[in-house]
Formats: sequence, C-alpha cells, structure tokens
Amino acid sequence: MTVVLGRTRGERGDSVEITVTVNGSTYTRDVEPRRLLVHFIREDLGLTGTNIGCDTSSCGACTVLMNGESVKSCTMLAVQVNGEELTTIEGLAPGPDELHPMQRAFQEQHGLQCGYCTPGMVMASVSLLAENPKPTEAEVREGLEGNLCRCTGYHNIVKSVLAASGQNVDS
Amino acid sequence: MIPVAFDYQRAGSVEEALSLLAEHGDDAKLMAGGHSLLPMMKLRLAVPGVIVDVGRLSDLSYIRESNGHVAIGALTTHRQLETSEVLRAECPVLADVAHVVGDPQVRHRGTLGGSLAHSDPASDLPAAVLALGGTLVARGPNGTREISAGDFFTGYFESALAPDEMLTEIRVPKTPGAGYNYQKFNRRAQDWAIVGAIAVVGEGISGVSLVNMGSTPLRATAVEEALASGASAADAAAVAAEGTDAPADLNASPAYREHLARVLTRRALEAAGVS
Repeated sequence: MTVVLGRTRGERGDSVEITVTVNGSTYTRDVEPRRLLVHFIREDLGLTGTNIGCDTSSCGACTVLMNGESVKSCTMLAVQVNGEELTTIEGLAPGPDELHPMQRAFQEQHGLQCGYCTPGMVMASVSLLAENPKPTEAEVREGLEGNLCRCTGYHNIVKSVLAASGQNVDS
Repeated sequence: MIPVAFDYQRAGSVEEALSLLAEHGDDAKLMAGGHSLLPMMKLRLAVPGVIVDVGRLSDLSYIRESNGHVAIGALTTHRQLETSEVLRAECPVLADVAHVVGDPQVRHRGTLGGSLAHSDPASDLPAAVLALGGTLVARGPNGTREISAGDFFTGYFESALAPDEMLTEIRVPKTPGAGYNYQKFNRRAQDWAIVGAIAVVGEGISGVSLVNMGSTPLRATAVEEALASGASAADAAAVAAEGTDAPADLNASPAYREHLARVLTRRALEAAGVS
C-alpha cells in the first residue's frame, strides 16, 4: 500500500463550494472534500440534533433524509449533497409548539429511553413510512435494521412506528 | 474517522469521468454511492488522491428489458433493484438479493455498479450476477467492451476493470419460471454474509454461486456439474465446498465455512425447487 501518511492538508483537497437546502433553508459553504456530511451538519450548520454513534454506517444514529430518503450522514461526503435537499430532526416538526406525527408517536408510546438513537430512529421511521405507509410489525423491525438502540428499547420503537402509521397498538 | 485529504472532481458525463480517469490514472477512484469506498477511506485502507464523483450520472440509472436480457445501468441503486417491477417479473433473484444488502439507508445510496467494481467476495450482488452468468459493460478510452461475470472478478477486491475504465451497464438474463433462492448466513442484521449461497435453476439456467468462500465470489461449478448429471439437491450440495478457498476470521474457521457452504447450498437448491 502506498504510504501517504505524510500527505497533509494543502497538498490535496482544495475546498469546494457547495449549496445545499437543509430544513428549507439554503446554505452555501466552502468545504474540504473529505468533510463528512455529519460533521458539516453538526459543526458547520450547528444542527446538533443529528448524532454520531458508531461512525461506521452501522448504527444509524446519524440518519437524515436526502430528498426524502433515509441516508447515513457519517458515510457521505458533504460535497455529495451539493444541490440536494436534506431534512434533519430539527426540520421535522411543522412549528415550534407542534411535533411531527412520528415524534408524537415516539413520545406517546415511550419509544425512547436514553434518547441517543432517537433522532436517527425517527428519521429512518419517517422514510420507512414514506415507502410503506402501513407496514406490518415484521416490516417495521426489518425496516429499522439499520438503526441500533443500545438501550435495546426496540419493542416500544416498533410500537411507535406502527402507531404513527395509524395502526392500533397494544397499550 | 476522517479520510486522508483528496481532490474532488464531479463528473457531468461518462466522457468527463473517463477523461478524469485518464488524467489522474491510478491515483483516481470513481465514487458512486460511496458506501463501499468511503468506509475504507475513513479507515485509511483506501487513500485515493482524487475522487471522481459519478453519483449524479442519472442517465446510468435504469432497468430495462432488451433482447432477452435485462439491462441495468451501473448507477442503479439497491433500492431501485429491490423495488423494480421489471426485475420482479424477469429476473427476481436479483431483486431478492438486493433486498438483503446492508440496511435501507445503505440501499438508498449503494449502487449495483459500485458493488461489482468494488469486488468484495463477501458482498451479495457480485455473487448474484455471477450465478446469473451476467455480462458487464465497461467503457474506456478505446471504447466499450463486454466482460462476462465469470471473467470479471480477478482477486480480493480486484476486478478486470482497467484503471481508466468505468463500468456502465450490467446485463442479466431473463429467467422466466426459474426457481431461485439466496441463503445469506450472518449473526446480526445488516452484516455481511459469513457465507452465502445463491441458486437459480430453471430452463436454460443452472447457476449456483457462493459468497465469502474465497478471494472472489465463486461459481459452485462442482454443484452445477452434479446437477447437470441429475444429482439430487442433497447430493449436489455435498460437493459445494470443492474448489473453494474459505477465509478464516473471527466469525468462522475455513472448516465451518465449508460446512455452511454445503448446508446453505442444499437449502438454496431445495428452495429453488430442486428435489
């Protein structure tokens, strides 16, 4: 393998200007090509609702929506979203005093314990229902396979998604 | 984890991507969805000097019927494969296999061409295209060439693509009425297969392939030959480990992988309708 540890910033990776719409607001920023999307969202835009969990595209804590589809922002470069539309957990609720139906369902069904996985879980669940509006319980479990809850609180998370889809759940 | 710094070029066309590859040679890597390459860059196992982003070449995102086969653009995502009505009707095994790649977020970003070019022996889709006897279409400075799936995977994360070539289309045969099944064995959801076995058996096709049983996805030729001479599913599957070179890692020893290959092949053959 080529030894490149000596390669430093400045020799490679001139910044690139990107324009991206996040939660309805358009931002133009210069970013290093290697800037990960999750760092762009959290540090450059200050939207810290999106968490970093495993940083290896396993846990789903960093899930955001790109053009309505769930993606793991730790495994994307900021330059890859140039010109695209993102939604993060901050952009889900219709107003400051109102929750998105998925957020409300997580609250009502106790779909969180420590809360660390919750932003990613909620975003993945919104994407899941957009693709499959009335999933079975098994489909919810399979549809959330990309999101880990370290409290292992899956049961109520699944109930939350079923409730948000308008289906009855045992209370 | 942050990749080593690299230069970034976004290609607006296949021609532009090829010219960037020609300019930067071995130092450049194509990135489509980035879901194989970027994790390796974050671990600094891959350190390309130039990333050529081909992720917006939407004219390479298609699934269409054509002269007895299904033609799939290299930029087609796993999500598009698993939800494709054309594939469900004409080559359903590929849709089924795409459905078990990674997780929904990965399938929204990962592409068929990217997965094949990455040539990971533990990946699902390369073995599926191999079992189907598919054809890969590559474009380079000297034009277009077709590579059969059997010749494409040349080594561990190595393919027959030249550094200045780009995979543009994948062709798989229509498999009307064929039985098919993919047995993917892993311990956790979203993991790579510890071992996988894919069977597509019907009129004009008898393809069996193995995932993670060597340095490339492997065609289970001993099993296919046994089936051709009339062996039962159990007898054919008994030779599934022949010609393999199973790796050892923390999930499994080679001997355990060989056992899994035989068991999974039998299950895949039986589910595909071989008695």
